[in-house]
Amino acid sequence: MNRIQSVFSQLKSQNRAALIPFITAGDPDATTTVALMHRLTQAGVDLIELGVPFSDPMADGPTIQRSSERALKHHISLKDVFSMVAEFRKTNQSTPVVLMGYANPIEAMGYKDFVQTAGHAGVDGVLVVDYPPEECTEWVRYLKEQNIDPIFLLSPTTPESRIRRVAELARGYVYYVSLKGVTGASHLDLHEVGDKLSQLRSYINIPIGVGFGIRDEQTARRIAEQADAVVIGSRIVEEIEHSPAADLLANVGALVESLRRAIDAKSDHSSITEK
Amino acid sequence: MYDLPDKRGHFGPYGGTFVAETLISALDELCKQYEYYRDDAEFQAEFFHELKHYVGRPSPIYHAKRWSEHLGGAQILLKREDLNHTGAHKVNNTVGQALLARRMGKGRIIAETGAGQHGVASATVAARYGMECVVYMGSEDVKRQATNVYRMKLLGATVIPVDSGSCTLKDALNEAMRDWVTNVSNTYYIIGTVAGPHPYPMMVRDFQAIIGNEARQQMREEYGRQPDALIACVGGGSNAIGLFYPYIDEENVRMIGVEAAGKGIDTHEHAATLVTGRPGVLHGNRTYLIQDENGQIIETHSISAGLDYPGVGPEHAWLKDCGRAEYVAVTDDEALAAFHALCRFEGIIPALESSHALAYAAKLAPTLNKDQLLLVNLSGRGDKDMATVAQQSGISL
Ligand SMILES: Cc1ncc(COP(=O)(O)O)c(C=O)c1O
Repeated sequence: MNRIQSVFSQLKSQNRAALIPFITAGDPDATTTVALMHRLTQAGVDLIELGVPFSDPMADGPTIQRSSERALKHHISLKDVFSMVAEFRKTNQSTPVVLMGYANPIEAMGYKDFVQTAGHAGVDGVLVVDYPPEECTEWVRYLKEQNIDPIFLLSPTTPESRIRRVAELARGYVYYVSLKGVTGASHLDLHEVGDKLSQLRSYINIPIGVGFGIRDEQTARRIAEQADAVVIGSRIVEEIEHSPAADLLANVGALVESLRRAIDAKSDHSSITEK
Repeated sequence: MYDLPDKRGHFGPYGGTFVAETLISALDELCKQYEYYRDDAEFQAEFFHELKHYVGRPSPIYHAKRWSEHLGGAQILLKREDLNHTGAHKVNNTVGQALLARRMGKGRIIAETGAGQHGVASATVAARYGMECVVYMGSEDVKRQATNVYRMKLLGATVIPVDSGSCTLKDALNEAMRDWVTNVSNTYYIIGTVAGPHPYPMMVRDFQAIIGNEARQQMREEYGRQPDALIACVGGGSNAIGLFYPYIDEENVRMIGVEAAGKGIDTHEHAATLVTGRPGVLHGNRTYLIQDENGQIIETHSISAGLDYPGVGPEHAWLKDCGRAEYVAVTDDEALAAFHALCRFEGIIPALESSHALAYAAKLAPTLNKDQLLLVNLSGRGDKDMATVAQQSGISL
């Protein structure tokens, strides 16, 4: 069992949903990221999605775009991101780390180099936003050879044929984008999410996380009642953006702790993956 | 027979659909609709009717006799896209896509623009067909292209300045994609060049292919033969592919794409993507890109805003790799010299973009015989560039 599997199987036995934060590596600067990752795990997160900054983050809203720009001011590269993960792994062997980013930095490095370095650093999964399943057969093969999980997005508009295709390729968990739009937007329909999740579960037998548009405790709790994982990005990145350096770890920690409590307070009629 | 792209938009290893899952269904829908209307006689008839009566096609081929004589070699012929309504080839594509948008029931169109030419062409067709139009434009470009911003507003469009990244064309394209993914139910995104995810590179090419199709017929009728070489400037590559595409199977016609070497390809200030770049993935397709060693996209420079783009259409990437087309680059200064030459020898003020193609023709012509023919795509007129050119001569208007 790899780290992602063991986290989800433990949560399942406790009937809890995973809390997955997204932060951009190198935001606000290179040294803060590893400390922030540790603070996130202390606050009770189950898995960390670490954004790889890119000059053209087409699928992201303004908040995450700005975080990418802050990181790129410090010229954060993939190599730097791998060093951060390796540093984190020195004292944390259990919390899975999933890299999330865009194709071009990976293509520039080359698949082979990427998966080897990622494997060594202790990366557990990779989500490439602009690699839909049709365009990444070779990429997925490389990842799987290194035992790194390919994570895929599904959206409200994904048709059944594509859900099946993702079900074949995906490992670890899949990430359901709960609204039409970019990260950070805020018009999420809880009913629609519930309906879609039951449809997805008839094809997908790994955990399903829900993200995009989850900004408060109330929504996080409601999503936790239906999904296996709650992914929170823009709200956390906002906290990083607005916190003075001295308070950053404390502020983000407090925010994430409150989200954790909300998620764990989900009511128990929940329908956590029935397999 | 050349028959690219494949079903999913690949030109060899280039092209494709590299977008987030959230955009896939919109692109699938667009593909389906376009594939239907591409072969629909009624659609094609309306397209050609609009090109004739609204755009003013066919555009003539003009023999630049005095300039050719001065250069002392091959004869230079100009395909006069500068005579189109709105002053450039861009409108061929916006007419086609607006007609498609109408058939798809979308009342709102969005576009990205750099210099403002595609923005103006989009605002123009939106007004013509009674649609709402929103144009995304980098905040740097909004400052540099004030006249075109005003033209778009006159035509009823809303211009939204984009303040992310380098605040230029590539960022405007990102922002337009974000708008599209959020508002896809009522919105049609008109991309202005042969870039973006499938089906855009193919669809924009098909609409622009009117240039080459007309040229073949005009050459046959007026010169009794096809040219020895085609020359066109390449930003995203739409005017070039529009001229090249109908000639791809005519192996004895050379095809030469001219990129912007800016201040020189050995400086960092240029936009010569095919000449200096490496393949990668940006804006939904795999193609050559100007990028740093970490795969971050680098800011480009050209005196002509329309060539100032760090990517290039995937079909050009393929035509380069397979050797069918050649790609070269000319500097700001060379383009300016050709600009002035055409003004003085022919009484035609060319766009600075098109001046790059002219500059290469001026280099090539003297190396060839007087009975050889170079067909240059004069993609646009230079009225929009008055301020830039005046400034280069130390004059402020
Ligand atoms: C007159 C003219 N020519 C050429 C271009 C470059 O675009 P493309 O390479 O797509 O033809 C532009 C773009 O704005 C233009 O305005």
